[in-house]
Amino acid sequence: MTADRLQTYGPTAALLALAAVFAVLSPQFRTLGNLQNLLDAGAVLAVVTIGATYVLLLGCIDLSAAGVMGACALAVSLLVANSRTALDLGPLGVLLVVALGAAFGCLSGALSVGLKVPSFMTTLGVSAIGLGVATVLFAGVQPAVSDPWLLQWASGRWLGFTRVTYLAAAVVVLAWLVQRHTRLGRYATAIGGGEDILRLSGIQVGRYKVGAFTVAGACYGLAAAMVTAQLGSGIVQAGAGLSFAAITAAVVGGTQLAGGRGGIAHSMVGVLILTVLANGLVLIGVSPYVQRAVQGVIVVVAVGATLWPLRHRLEVVK
Amino acid sequence: MIEVSGLRKAYPGVVALDGVSLQIRPHEVVGLAGENGAGKSTLLKALVGLVRPDSGTIRIRGREVRLRGVAQAATEGIGMVFQEQSLVPNLTAAENILLGCEGSAVRLGLYRWRRLRELAQAQLDKIGSRVDPMARTETLSFAERQMVEIAKVLAIEERTRAQPVVLLDEPTSVLEAEEIETLFGQIERLRKHASVVFVSHRLDEVLQVSDRVYVLRGGQVAGEVDPATAGAAGLHRMMIGAEATGSHYHDDLHRPPERSSVRLSVRGLCGEGFTDISFDLIRGEVVAVAGVHGSGREELCRALFGARAVTAGQVLIDGEAVSLTGPRRAVRAGLGYVPSERKVEGVVSAMSVADNMTLPYTRPQDVEEWIGRLRIKTPDRRTPIGSLSGGNQQKVVLARWLLTGSLRVLLLDHPTRGLDVGAKSEVYRLIRELAAAGVAVLLLADSLEECIALSDRVLVMKEGRVTVTLDTPPGAKPDPVDVVKEMV
Repeated sequence: MTADRLQTYGPTAALLALAAVFAVLSPQFRTLGNLQNLLDAGAVLAVVTIGATYVLLLGCIDLSAAGVMGACALAVSLLVANSRTALDLGPLGVLLVVALGAAFGCLSGALSVGLKVPSFMTTLGVSAIGLGVATVLFAGVQPAVSDPWLLQWASGRWLGFTRVTYLAAAVVVLAWLVQRHTRLGRYATAIGGGEDILRLSGIQVGRYKVGAFTVAGACYGLAAAMVTAQLGSGIVQAGAGLSFAAITAAVVGGTQLAGGRGGIAHSMVGVLILTVLANGLVLIGVSPYVQRAVQGVIVVVAVGATLWPLRHRLEVVK
Repeated sequence: MIEVSGLRKAYPGVVALDGVSLQIRPHEVVGLAGENGAGKSTLLKALVGLVRPDSGTIRIRGREVRLRGVAQAATEGIGMVFQEQSLVPNLTAAENILLGCEGSAVRLGLYRWRRLRELAQAQLDKIGSRVDPMARTETLSFAERQMVEIAKVLAIEERTRAQPVVLLDEPTSVLEAEEIETLFGQIERLRKHASVVFVSHRLDEVLQVSDRVYVLRGGQVAGEVDPATAGAAGLHRMMIGAEATGSHYHDDLHRPPERSSVRLSVRGLCGEGFTDISFDLIRGEVVAVAGVHGSGREELCRALFGARAVTAGQVLIDGEAVSLTGPRRAVRAGLGYVPSERKVEGVVSAMSVADNMTLPYTRPQDVEEWIGRLRIKTPDRRTPIGSLSGGNQQKVVLARWLLTGSLRVLLLDHPTRGLDVGAKSEVYRLIRELAAAGVAVLLLADSLEECIALSDRVLVMKEGRVTVTLDTPPGAKPDPVDVVKEMV
């Protein structure tokens, strides 16, 4: 029970402590402007982490964000008004790209379920496919986005926050509701808790697994559109490093790699921890080279702490 | 209700069901008794579609059916409470009860929690349980979870117009006496709207709750018993059959242990699952530890091998203290361990016979000799062990410890689990020979019969403590029923 409590409230306490420390050390950290920067900076990671969380709940892992986002970033920049193609699909282009992401996710899930290959490998493969597609679409010339509607996502502000941040917040709420109150969300959690039990109950587990991967892919597609809006052009590296960051955020927040524990709320606390950490370290003047190392240390400590009560002597860890 | 005839199912090396025929009538509690490996579990699994029989028929309400899975069995009104509980720990009790058949509680993929709660509550009310349907399952006590499990099985009533059949596979094995009484009350209640098949290794329980008892032996129905007239002893004889003679256990190889020299001495050992355990094993003695699931005997066995942490106490081998900090130290001190999960912990199935046998050592030259001495049936030493039969695999695991030449204490955790009769007898012979050579053996037997027949003494464990020690020398074996009384 104490271990359970630790997992639920530990990350939140850590977030508050971290924020308090930075607030004391840096006057700049305490400003409203910084809060706006902070949330704007965390928006893309939040959406990617939502996707990763759905897959983690199953007890699977999704490393495809980098590749899927690369392909989707290129696709969206070529579908809306841009410097290279004559297309000007606007919002429809964004929708198509979310669908493209979902298709990639569906592929990851279907390969993993159908071929019984660990998701670790199928998603790495799909990531490589995505990067390949992105490179082909890139074709040596970077497409600059000229669609004012999409560019407004990152530049237009309301109450100081960009549209990207509001969009991310809406996706968080929606994802949380889906996880708590829909069959897909509940079964994804249940699969992580005891997949064999669901099979014994006659549930077609594979279908819900593919569903969760598809949701994850759609999230990556949307995140790619958000990044493209922020950068103003489509680049292959749109999602570079985000797979790792998203899984880190989820796990630091208390979503377990073994599946079935945690969820959107936990993962979002993890996103805030990582974002506050990155922001705070910059403001107190830590070199960017050291920052990554500090993040790595925090991840190992956080995961070690959550798994500490569960370990035993003959456990085989791979 | 259900009529099974001529059901047969063979696995490589073992015939699990060999022409089983039986009937289950409406409002009846049918008991199934039998040793481990008699085919009880396979029969139940065939009835819920988890095992597809090779031949034979299952007729449900007069209609022949071929069950292809749990879902189909449920629509036919057959549900099973599994030996290991089958509830998803991180879902609510209500979700577990309605798992896979939420019906009107889920509309267009959206959960209607109030409806879900009502439907689950209706199932819980049927068995008079006061469990909160919205409680997360892992926060419930074991007995409460068992109630949820039964409520879940009863939910199949709504999916079929006819009366359900509820299969209970060893539902009492982990329950306290009080909880067992509650469960029996529930079975009586169930009888009003269902037929029940009850499986337990505790014969007195089977006799208490059943209207009729089928005894299974070696995959066949050995007989049908009326609990009103038969006693546990008679039932037990029928379960064992003619095999239970001294020769099956190689009584002729038994040597009385040398009373004077203590091999293993355990002093006040405490750890998770067991408390203050003290006993001695003398040279050449086979001591069996009896106890139900949860008695702490598995934990004790693993702790002695250093595979689980010990919080207090001391272990001496031939008078020298052994450090229990890990399996490596234990092996150096002359301990050997045969784990119960042969496929997972006993052998590395992709490796060869020779590699498996010499896992802890680097002396491959003796392998041929031991293959011959233990009569291990293998084409050669390079054969992957996974292709051998279970009995031969187990002999390789035993040989692993014999090869050292310095084996002093052998810990056997269910050494004959899943082996057929002939292979069991071979393993018994080996144990006898080892004991005769001066090795002290601690045995967690696969069946009570084996526990008593093979041992010189039996330690009975209950709730983590050794409660009774019984002498079981050849020729003066206690009645199994008396041992069971001490266990529960």
